[in-house]
Amino acid sequence: MFSQERIEKNVILLLVLTLLTVSIGGIVEIVPLFTIETTIERVKGVRPYSPLELAGRNIYMREGCYLCHSQQIRPFRDEVERYGHYSLAAESMYDHPFLWGSERQGPDLARVGGKYSNDWHFAHLKDPRDVVPESIMPSYAFMASRPLEFTHISEHLRADRAVGVPYSDEMVADARADLLAQVNPDGDGAGLLKRYPGALVFKPLQGAPDKVTEMDALVAYLQVLGTEVKFRDVDPADLTQ
Amino acid sequence: MRSVASAPAALAVETYVSEPYNEEIVRAFTIASLFWLVAALAAGVFIAFQLAYPVLNLGLEWTSFGRLRPLHTSAAIFAFGGNALLGTSFYVVQRTCRARLWGAESLAWFVFWGYQFFIATAATGYLEGVTQSREYAEPEWYADIWLTIVWVVYLLIYVGTILKRREPHIYVANWFYLAFIVTIAMLHIVNNLAVPVSIFSSKSYSMSAGVQDALTQWWYGHNAVGFFLTAGFLGMMYYFIPKQADRPIYSYRLSVIHFWTLIFLYIWAGPHHLHYTALPDWAQTLGMVFSVMLWMPSWGGMINGLMTLSGAWNKLRTDPGLRFSVTAVAFYGMSTFEGPMMSIRQVNGLSHYTNWTIGHVHSGALGWVAFMTFGAFYYLVPALWKRAIFSTRLVAYHYWIATLGIVFYIVSMWVAGILQGLMWRSYDENGFLQYSFVETVAAMHPFYIVRGLGGVLFLTGGLIMIYNFYRTMRGGVAASEPRLAAVPAE
Repeated sequence: MFSQERIEKNVILLLVLTLLTVSIGGIVEIVPLFTIETTIERVKGVRPYSPLELAGRNIYMREGCYLCHSQQIRPFRDEVERYGHYSLAAESMYDHPFLWGSERQGPDLARVGGKYSNDWHFAHLKDPRDVVPESIMPSYAFMASRPLEFTHISEHLRADRAVGVPYSDEMVADARADLLAQVNPDGDGAGLLKRYPGALVFKPLQGAPDKVTEMDALVAYLQVLGTEVKFRDVDPADLTQ
Repeated sequence: MRSVASAPAALAVETYVSEPYNEEIVRAFTIASLFWLVAALAAGVFIAFQLAYPVLNLGLEWTSFGRLRPLHTSAAIFAFGGNALLGTSFYVVQRTCRARLWGAESLAWFVFWGYQFFIATAATGYLEGVTQSREYAEPEWYADIWLTIVWVVYLLIYVGTILKRREPHIYVANWFYLAFIVTIAMLHIVNNLAVPVSIFSSKSYSMSAGVQDALTQWWYGHNAVGFFLTAGFLGMMYYFIPKQADRPIYSYRLSVIHFWTLIFLYIWAGPHHLHYTALPDWAQTLGMVFSVMLWMPSWGGMINGLMTLSGAWNKLRTDPGLRFSVTAVAFYGMSTFEGPMMSIRQVNGLSHYTNWTIGHVHSGALGWVAFMTFGAFYYLVPALWKRAIFSTRLVAYHYWIATLGIVFYIVSMWVAGILQGLMWRSYDENGFLQYSFVETVAAMHPFYIVRGLGGVLFLTGGLIMIYNFYRTMRGGVAASEPRLAAVPAE
């Protein structure tokens, strides 16, 4: 019926059969990832990003950090010793988009959270060679003085919710306040910590919360990476996919 | 010489055509492709040296590696490669169908300017930091919608031209070009599904997350290689190599098998970009098995391209343009062996995240994609401007300088990548990791310099080609071309 003789004389037939042929692989590989429940491990602790962390993540994307830094630790002895527990699918379940990366011009960052102090990050981002002389990373000094733009932060949470991140109405409504609370250690951070358990509340680079910079947001993001799942409490059986 | 020799055959066909072919549009795409070639290579050389000398990031946000890298990859793939594909496909479809491009003149020009506008929009966005952070799909939602519109018009023109053909069969080059157009449309739409923050915001959030998003992206990413950089350029191969060699394709049957197996198998190969990640093992295994199988149709295509020259190998001596095409097919064979090998999980465990991958990509991008395009252009520019090439000697210079550039590039990245992978996993006698990460960075320095020099050579070759074309278009003939007058048409 579908002889090549016939196909190559009929462009519509050629077009339709081509489209069918190239659809099969994608359907077989991608669709089950949404339907097989064990694709994402059942571990506790993974939560949506706080507004400040989300703003920082967007800066991480804007600067193309993912082009040199992976966020995906493979289950190899050397990687686990160098970076920590291998990465779980659950840990990026709220990542729109995923930022696993494909290159390591710089080290993996999947578990960089908590490894260095905020001050180390500030110094390193301003001029990486001040702290790591052999580093080839660009300097991001401009971020230290640039105020963080967050007037539309609620809309960002709403868009993220539209694609499946479980931000509640309260989280969307309080996004601005939560963002500022995270850089105000003297304020009342109870609401923020209730909504985003484990969020790091810290003194911003310029000292005052109303002077929150892009670098503060980026550091808030870096400091949460890989810290949400407490592997001490995880039963290895929960990690089977 | 070649253009003189093949002119009678081409003219014989053209006299039977009632309306002349639209060659204006092909010329425009050719010039655009050459322009973006320089942009892509210059950006590539610059960021290559940034990795050797970070001071070249200049301390400015717009010139940092992270913002320029998508500029380089998009300029190379979509601007240089894309314009070459659109231009040659319009040339090939008209000639093999013996029909002028379907639709109003303005429709084709809409595709041309619409595509350039897409590139300019995407590129300026990158410098500002507007990116979806999906490799090779960085443009944000508004640019994606615009490209979709342009692409649909492109498909309409292409199919319309085939529908009004005056040949009973659709020539094999068109199958590959069609598969490229249709599949890229599918990949582009699915991978770019996203919700914008607002109609006034350049920022969007991708439809899927985490592991599903990763596989969607690499299903796209690997098939941007498979259908943009392979199927499209195979269309080029199936037209221009027979033309340059003045021989029919070696085996029609092989091209039928090549086409259907290649497009069926390629689409499965994406998961090999995600070995040992949180992607479930069954998907990784599928990706690996299909990647290895892909080796077969790839080499079938290589054999079909190379064997077309049987009986015409002597043309390599006299036609340096053909040298590019043939070397391109050889690089295609090499890359399509290296790729399946790197997709084997255990090999990938060493190669992934290292510079080996960068080397592999460039043996394909420089050796296959760019060389195939150069070969086609050395045929096309004399044919379109109806003039003999200004200097065959300059073509030969271009060939050797560019080839040397590729060798510098891929050899340095092989050594760098394998060294990097081995250093990461190496332990000292006490059972501790032997190297800190930054020691592995420092070890890359000499290789990054060699790689950069390879890029400089490749760029130099490209500039020689453009100078040669410029003089050709103006109608010049170099003093070194005495034989041109002495050798008449066959």
